[in-house]
Amino acid sequence: MTDASMPSATPETRHKVSLVTPDARTQKRKAAEKRFRMYGIAGIATGLIFLVVLLVTIVSSGMGAFQQTFINVPVYLDAAKLDKNGNRDIDEIKKVSTFGYTPLIQDALLQQVRDAGIETPLEKRGDMKALISASAAAQVRDTVIENPDLIGQTVDFRILASSRVDGYLKGRVLREDVARDKNIDATHLDIVDALVPLGVMQKTFNLAFITGSDASESRAESAGIGVAMIGSLFMMLVVLVLSLPIGVAASIYLEEFAPKNRITDIIEVNIANLAAVPSIVFGILGLAVFIQFMHLPQSAPLVGGLVLTLMTLPTIIISTRASLKAVPPSIRDAALGVGASKMQAVFHHVLPLAAPGILTGTIIGLAQALGETAPLLLIGMVGFIASNAPDGIASGLLDPNSAMPAQIYEWAKRADPAYYERAWGGIIILLGFLISMNTIAVILRRRFERRW
Amino acid sequence: MPVLWLSLIVIAISVAVFAFGRQRALSASGGDSRGLHSLPVYYGANALMKAIFPAFGLLILWSLAQPLIIQNSISGMIPESALAEDANIGLVMSEVRRTADGLDYAIDGGFIDEATAENPNADVVGITQTLRDAGQIVTSEITQPILRAAQAYREMSTTMSLLMTFAVLIVALAGGGWGAMQSSRDFRARNVVEQGVLAILIAAASVAILTTIGIILSLVFNTVEFFRLYPAADFFTLLEWAPSFSGRGGASSLGILPLLWGTIYISIVALLVAVPIGLFAAIYLSEYATARVRGIAKPLLEILAGIPTIVYGLFALLTIGPLLMSVFGEDGTGWMGGGRSVMTAGIAMGIMLIPFVSSLSDDIINAVPQSLRDGSYGLGATRSETIKQVVLPAALPGIVGAILLAASRAIGETMIVVLGAGAAARLSLNPFEAMTTVTAKIVSQLTGDSDFASPEALVAFALGISLFVLTLGLNVFALYIVRKYREQYE
Amino acid sequence: MNDMRIVERDVDTNNVKISAKGVQVYYGDTHAIKDVDVEIQDKTVTAFIGPSGCGKSTFLRCINRMNDTIDVARVTGDIRIDGEDIYDPRVDPVQLRAKVGMVFQKPNPFPKSIYDNVSYGPRIHGLARNKAELDDIVEKSLRRAAIWDEVKDRLDAPGTGLSGGQQQRLCIARAVATEPEVLLMDEPCSALDPIATAQVEELIDELRRNYSVVIVTHSMQQAARVSQKTAFFHLGNLVEYGETGHIFTNPTDPRTESYITGRIG
Repeated sequence: MTDASMPSATPETRHKVSLVTPDARTQKRKAAEKRFRMYGIAGIATGLIFLVVLLVTIVSSGMGAFQQTFINVPVYLDAAKLDKNGNRDIDEIKKVSTFGYTPLIQDALLQQVRDAGIETPLEKRGDMKALISASAAAQVRDTVIENPDLIGQTVDFRILASSRVDGYLKGRVLREDVARDKNIDATHLDIVDALVPLGVMQKTFNLAFITGSDASESRAESAGIGVAMIGSLFMMLVVLVLSLPIGVAASIYLEEFAPKNRITDIIEVNIANLAAVPSIVFGILGLAVFIQFMHLPQSAPLVGGLVLTLMTLPTIIISTRASLKAVPPSIRDAALGVGASKMQAVFHHVLPLAAPGILTGTIIGLAQALGETAPLLLIGMVGFIASNAPDGIASGLLDPNSAMPAQIYEWAKRADPAYYERAWGGIIILLGFLISMNTIAVILRRRFERRW
Repeated sequence: MPVLWLSLIVIAISVAVFAFGRQRALSASGGDSRGLHSLPVYYGANALMKAIFPAFGLLILWSLAQPLIIQNSISGMIPESALAEDANIGLVMSEVRRTADGLDYAIDGGFIDEATAENPNADVVGITQTLRDAGQIVTSEITQPILRAAQAYREMSTTMSLLMTFAVLIVALAGGGWGAMQSSRDFRARNVVEQGVLAILIAAASVAILTTIGIILSLVFNTVEFFRLYPAADFFTLLEWAPSFSGRGGASSLGILPLLWGTIYISIVALLVAVPIGLFAAIYLSEYATARVRGIAKPLLEILAGIPTIVYGLFALLTIGPLLMSVFGEDGTGWMGGGRSVMTAGIAMGIMLIPFVSSLSDDIINAVPQSLRDGSYGLGATRSETIKQVVLPAALPGIVGAILLAASRAIGETMIVVLGAGAAARLSLNPFEAMTTVTAKIVSQLTGDSDFASPEALVAFALGISLFVLTLGLNVFALYIVRKYREQYE
Repeated sequence: MNDMRIVERDVDTNNVKISAKGVQVYYGDTHAIKDVDVEIQDKTVTAFIGPSGCGKSTFLRCINRMNDTIDVARVTGDIRIDGEDIYDPRVDPVQLRAKVGMVFQKPNPFPKSIYDNVSYGPRIHGLARNKAELDDIVEKSLRRAAIWDEVKDRLDAPGTGLSGGQQQRLCIARAVATEPEVLLMDEPCSALDPIATAQVEELIDELRRNYSVVIVTHSMQQAARVSQKTAFFHLGNLVEYGETGHIFTNPTDPRTESYITGRIG
């Protein structure tokens, strides 16, 4: 059996070498070991660096969106222009469009520039246009319509500066770039430089970004994400109301009642595969079924919610089944042992015990749905400028709206770099929501985690 | 909102029969619930169930069927002559529907009266103008046949909605009444209710199946429609993607191959970024890291997976693109013409996939039995030798499965390529050139202004079905590999 | 302790290969091995016996520092092989394990071919200069493990496809392929049927010609059949160590006697 020539046949030097002094080969192998370990560390480090870079980019590019440049200017509301007949009739005042207000604001700003004694070649009223947001006239007009008695007085307004001025103060617009810009000149920037120390122009916190609505392409300074946030909220309501009961019911059936047969197998394989179907395909489904076939309104949060529900269901079913599975069979046996029906055992005992896990899974599913964009593009939840917040639940569900990620996408597509800042700002808000949802999920899991 | 009101009435009926059914059961046993087979609440629930489910089922079915029935009978009304110029019944029908909706709206707003709206010989031009004034979208002049069809449409809708209301209410009352009448001492209410609940559970479980069926049907029907307008052979073999814009004349070239190439190229770049980083991270986390390091690094890496794809899209467009431009653009090597490119999208997608690869591989490496590692250490192998020569070969099928799953993710990813990859379809090898993908084109073809019935829009469904088949195939294959792998060590 | 006398008496018969003094092992808070002193001789089969959880496997794993791979394990004391302290910080456990081979309780062939299983050790340690030498080592090792005739025609077949007994002999072949001086066997037959057990036991007896073999076993009969020396462990203590025949026929310690007669364990 044994090879007779074997004993001490291999006069390996290694056997003579002491363990304490490693030979050359061992040293080489140790070096290889170190190198390999370094690759691992490098892998993790690269991943973490990407994470840090991503977060730093988001915060540094997006924080600016929460600040905005305003101009404090006393506007003389000239009765001769705003109320020609002098009878303060509200219907007649309403007939004056924003074009009637623009010169008043420009005059007021020009007056400020002159009062401040700023040397500038810009002496005409129209030269001030570049400094003022196009939305300022609407703001002044709204104030006047609300309170017609102000006509004839000089009223202090806090109006938005144009996005170029805002960009200049935030360092986004540089003097070198301005030469090629037809919207603003270096002389305008001189005025800005002079007005800032006087307190006429101020960069302050901009609540309107969080609560406001989207604006047209040329008015980046007045765009906000608030209405899109409401659109997202309504979608999440739909997702929650539909996917939680359906998901839990489906999981209970599959986990507790389903017989082990082909149909059950098909459903299970189906759910596993649905979880991996690209989200854009769900968008196509929504477009074809909900909009083309059922004629539900386009761009409606209801439709968006339905699509996201179908997309989230597999996630919720998978996590719910895991929590149901974690409840030990002894609990079911105990309930059945005192004469409860199987249905009662499940609904009275198993489900309450699994509830924290189900809730955690649902929140994570909702967070996923909240950040999803692609399907919303197909059902038309972008490209629509929602100008008003919805009035009620029905209008919130059915009126066209956008959603946070879709709004961010819309901004990212626009040509004006001022919108990029708003897109990053929108991401900060979106991530804020996601982080809070995930934190709640983690806390729930920690708080209610049960070890059997 | 008649449907809302109808639903509320049905719910009210259900609540009433619940109370009635419960009361009947109690009185049948002389007020002593111990004499009943089930708890009183089950008798109520039995009646409620029988009122509410048939009624809502009918309501939903009717709402789905009504537009189909109306559409079928109305489309017969439209003469061939009206079809000639548009050449598409679907378009005409949507025009009819719009006109009908417009009429409804105009009546509500008081722009026209009911009589004018129902007058079949009404002045077509006048009505078009009135609808425009009322703020309704009317694409072209309403023609006489369309107006007639719209009027018939309104009439049928009203009649059928009324019929539906009656039918639903009758079903609710009859069902509820029957359920309440069943309440007697020996009626096994609990068993019946539990059967009903089980039926609901089954219905919920089949939503997943319905979703799949819905996806397949919506893709298949529209794809068939597309291939009727555009030759399938061209779609699968043409090397060019150049959709014409309707009105400019000239046929479109709609070949999927350039899009598929862009998709695959970007996915390859993404995997080249994600697989080495993710795999080494997984190896370190599962084989080297202490519990503390693992407890910190793993969740941190997984944050990357929780970030929405729109963020990566923006990161690609505004950060990676300009960064690559500064190195490979005109000021650098000159390989890159613009910020959007295969590399731009691929790198962003790769970052997104790192945690996906790393956590899947981590699970798979952990499933390799410790005894194999012991065997290798016992022979004097170092950790890295053990990993490279024992653990990784043993885990290889699983890791391949994980990479395939990641590839399927990459192929189906939309937002990153929409923002980062560009819009021009190109068959090129230069990774710094802009290319486009299947998903990006689905978005652009369906969100543009082109008409739903045109081949330029319908092609999106053909692209969608290709994408669906591709990713599904990858997933099924990958899940099969992973499952086989797990069974091996169970 | 009284068993020290026996050890001293036996030293002169053979060279001491492994000597352990005051070895303590902790798993987290558990004190798994308490102050064990033992001297294991060259070209001898030494059996470690004792009830489950007595620390015999733990002590075995100290000899080739396999406990290093467990994070919570801590070893103190002094273990020397050929007079060299194996826990010296300068010692590379990798080099040590090449010198001290190990066979595990459950056969654990790598999911590779039979050939690759056996050649794995020689390759990582660079024992062969070319393919012919490697082939040679593989053949010799398989012969030495008494499995050559069964597998010589299918060296490319996966090692996991063999029967349990064959797998375990393959693992022994794998261990001897690195030319170790000591062979540790951790209950090598516990997962095998009686026929395979007999084959492996016969093999162990053969291996004694070249190696110092330390075998942990649950079965006293096995210890009696294969070993020349036996050490009895109980609750982390080395209770008694001596000639196998002596331990089984005339144990000094009452605990050993209880175990052998079946009262504990």
